Amino acid sequence: MGTKTVETLPEATVLFAGDSGDGMQLTGTQFTLATAYAMNDLATLPDFPAEIRAPVGTTYGVSGFQLHFGSVDIRTPGDEVDLLVAMNPAALKVNVERVRAGGTILVNSNAFERKDLNLANLDTNPLEDGSLDKYRVIQVELTKLTRETLKDSSLNQKEIDRSKNMFALGLALWLYSRPVEPARKWISSKFGKKPVIRDANLELLKKGYHFGETTEQFVTRYEVTPATLPPGRYRAIQGVQAMAMGLVAAANKSGLLLTYGSYPITPASDILHSLSKYKNHGIMTVQAEDEIAAIGIAIGASFGGSLGITGTSGPGIALKGEAMGLAHITELPLVIINVQRGGPSTGLPTKTEQSDLMQAMYGRNGDAPLPIIAASTPGDCFEVAYEACRIAVKYMTPVMLLSDGYLANGSEPWLIPDADSLNDFDVTFATGTNAEEDGKAVFHPYVRNEKTLARPWAKPGTAGLEHRIGGLEKQDGTGNVSYDSRNHEHMTWIRAEKVERIQQEIPPLDIFGDPDADLIIVGWGSTRGAIEAGVTRALNDGHKAAAVHLRFVNPLPADLGEVLSQYSKYLVPEMNNGQMVRILRDRFLLPFEAMNKIQGRPFGPSEIQRKIAEMVG
Amino acid sequence: MSEKDPKKPGTKKPTLPPGMGKKPTLPPGAAKKPTLPPGMGKKPTLPPGAGKRPTMPPGAPAGPPGGDGASVPTRADFSSDQDVRWCPGCGDYAILATVQRLMPELGVPRENMVFISGIGCSSRFPYYMNTYGMHSIHGRAPTIATGIKTSRPELDVWMITGDGDSLSIGGNHIIHIMRRNVDLQIIMFNNQIYGLTKGQYSPTSEVGKVTKSTPFGSIDHPFNPIALVLGADASFAARTMDRDPKHMKDMLKQAHEFRGTGFVEVYQNCNIFNDEAFFDFTEKATKSERAIFFENGKPLTYAGGTKGLRLNGFRLETINLENGNWGIDDCLVYDETSRELATIMARVYWREDLPQPFGVFFRENRPSYDSQVNAQIQSVIERRGKGSLEDLLNEGDTWEVS
Ligand SMILES: Cc1ncc(C[n+]2csc(CCOP(=O)(O)OP(=O)(O)O)c2C)c(N)n1
Ligand code: SF4
Ligand SMILES: [Mg+2]
Repeated sequence: MGTKTVETLPEATVLFAGDSGDGMQLTGTQFTLATAYAMNDLATLPDFPAEIRAPVGTTYGVSGFQLHFGSVDIRTPGDEVDLLVAMNPAALKVNVERVRAGGTILVNSNAFERKDLNLANLDTNPLEDGSLDKYRVIQVELTKLTRETLKDSSLNQKEIDRSKNMFALGLALWLYSRPVEPARKWISSKFGKKPVIRDANLELLKKGYHFGETTEQFVTRYEVTPATLPPGRYRAIQGVQAMAMGLVAAANKSGLLLTYGSYPITPASDILHSLSKYKNHGIMTVQAEDEIAAIGIAIGASFGGSLGITGTSGPGIALKGEAMGLAHITELPLVIINVQRGGPSTGLPTKTEQSDLMQAMYGRNGDAPLPIIAASTPGDCFEVAYEACRIAVKYMTPVMLLSDGYLANGSEPWLIPDADSLNDFDVTFATGTNAEEDGKAVFHPYVRNEKTLARPWAKPGTAGLEHRIGGLEKQDGTGNVSYDSRNHEHMTWIRAEKVERIQQEIPPLDIFGDPDADLIIVGWGSTRGAIEAGVTRALNDGHKAAAVHLRFVNPLPADLGEVLSQYSKYLVPEMNNGQMVRILRDRFLLPFEAMNKIQGRPFGPSEIQRKIAEMVG
Repeated sequence: MSEKDPKKPGTKKPTLPPGMGKKPTLPPGAAKKPTLPPGMGKKPTLPPGAGKRPTMPPGAPAGPPGGDGASVPTRADFSSDQDVRWCPGCGDYAILATVQRLMPELGVPRENMVFISGIGCSSRFPYYMNTYGMHSIHGRAPTIATGIKTSRPELDVWMITGDGDSLSIGGNHIIHIMRRNVDLQIIMFNNQIYGLTKGQYSPTSEVGKVTKSTPFGSIDHPFNPIALVLGADASFAARTMDRDPKHMKDMLKQAHEFRGTGFVEVYQNCNIFNDEAFFDFTEKATKSERAIFFENGKPLTYAGGTKGLRLNGFRLETINLENGNWGIDDCLVYDETSRELATIMARVYWREDLPQPFGVFFRENRPSYDSQVNAQIQSVIERRGKGSLEDLLNEGDTWEVS
């Protein structure tokens, strides 16, 4: 056994890549869990193909899982990859450009036969043609070692070959000095009823770990010391899980039944999957026949006095347009979740994008503004989901809640919130008459709360408050159908004004970075981590920059204009072809510069860092 | 109406009245299990309580409709103060009057009644009922009705729709509400025309119909609404007509008593754009020869008992009960629980040799969607206990940072 040196790193980015059937998502998840146990801060980015099982060995069947971890504050799943684990030539070909010069590439050298190269459309073998010269390449005979390890197992050849990811996992855990115990525990419980598979996986995990120790190929082993996270209890959380739990928290704190109507669509389906397990938490789920039905069911539920929620992705939002208008004019509480993905049309279903902002802002007929709230990190999905529900009820309005594929599938360590520390969620149903007509006390459904302009929520079943609402224009107050032109103008204003008043709910903006800079970066949604990490790097480079992040996209925070007035240069990075930048230019008439990335993957901090240098360097 | 501009946005935090939100209680479970139709291969395992019709939660007023707890309710108690705006002579008036007359007989408090409609002349209906109601968007009433009934199963939900609303733009939703069997009543106003958009042909218009959009005659093959809903596994399907309020009331009452989706197609005269479309069946001169009013358990007779229908193989044929060749025993005795008979009867559609059938075509008792959803929730709560947010947040692998 050679003596190994241990090098301590502040942070590292690892990418596991292989065929869809190679178990890369599982490997990545287990590495993440071990990293959480090692008390590092972390962020992950799963990246999988749209096809369920693309042909084996092809580039379009490559599935990846990227993880960025460190003893420092980790804000993104990482820019450049330090270690790429590539299970076949296709995985290498697709991902090699993301490895930093001098980075490590670990390949399964048994998977580089001529036929494998052909499947990846490679004329020459990258392990031999010099194309990997700027990297440190470690060839491991993963297939052979796996077969040797399991030569006495009763598993068949296919099953044995499928388990080689456990060998790779063991090796990666060794390389970064991660604990093996969490993976051992997971295997034991997952395959508790299949002892042959369980034992095979445990054996491979152990062998992979020992291989690191014994092989001469590794002279250095890395260590990433624990991060200094705020004290408390943590768990690793994915955005979808956090979103679902935020909705459960809203049901719990409001005492309302939450009715979730949804039609399956990537990447929003997991919200439906999660919520349908939470039936004992005041959640009702209905898998509807289409997205229109899903929102209709939610609106019906809200009319009945429970809180209707509907979740989908861009194409589904397109179908919901007319019904969103109905919720807007009937002034019913409703939350519409859009887990954005690459568009237009079916676009890039499994990739992330922020290109549905204009759709959220304007995607309805008539003047029908909606409040729009956007999540910024996987954990933040919890808070925004709760806030969206609270505001929908308090202001009697549909609320659009934006997430995206990266937030939904990405994960991070999450300081588990204290349920008692959430904002109060009061619900007031109308119980009596609120107006007079011909000397008689009557109920008028459009009499408004002075502060919020919300109309009363009168539940069917309440005697004396029988009323009719609908999509035709309403007379303010009585709620009767009215074609009066002045009333229509007034109602259009009042509905817009009600949305504007939600500014009352927005806390003052926090300025990140150097408030005395000339440049301010305005971000929204999931770009937050990359922007703030980029600003931090720029400050270290001696480049002054500030950043402000918008959780509320509509209405914009009341103090945004004032904040912006203190800067002279403006940058708006977005994962789209320039949407927020147009809204900001329209509102503030300032020279906002667009920075766009439309490649189905998030910004990295270095991109922001470079752009700052370009603008102020 | 105020002409005042809304005030500029305030910056102060508003104070809300103290929380009054009470946790909704789920309807109590009923003891009776639904019976499944014979011949169903595998019985689905149902959560306990599925198939029951829930009652209002405790605390809901039990008195007669109107909410004042004293007077006996009348038709007037169910009429809103809004002017009815249908064309004079429209068949919609008769349907509204019949529904308003039926309401007091149902013993359901007015405040528990909810009318949900789509868009069309017919869909204006909820505005004229002094109950809870929503005039929603074109074709989508089934979705909204499903949402309210499933989340509030104790309410008495009625859905109002037209032939275009339910069979054209809302075709997808109508088939799915049928298969789900949501416990509510659907009144489908079939005038074989788009009324509100001023007279284009509809999915029930006959081939050859000349309308504004078909100056050379329609070439679309029409839907047969009863056959369509039966194909979508409707559990209750009936047909009636605007010009026979007594029969209409009977059909609506039966649909209301039925636990599940009670679908009632009403032939409705649009005297402006499709006048006399059903006069063969509805007018005195021809009604008895051209329409047959059939009932469960009774032989199929019409024309004042002078004619009957008998089954010859799989076909229905008219028999003369007066010429001594045939007697009442030769007539088919209708069985509304027979899917086969319902199919044969539903396909008697605008036939020259047979009268158009009116009555309950089919009835199948099976648990309703809303009751099953709620029973499943109940059973999960019974098994796992009421969920704790605290436990949920802390589930799985957690670690402490100090
Ligand atoms: C999305 C949408 N498309 C079209 C219309 C226009 N429209 C209103 S009612 C109607 C047809 C109504 O026909 P039907 O359902 O038969 O009702 P009727 O008026 O005959 O009672 C149409 C096409 C609409 N309101 N919304
Ligand atoms: S257009 Fe026809 S259906 Fe509509 S109100 Fe007039 S008569 Fe009735
Ligand atoms: Mg019609």
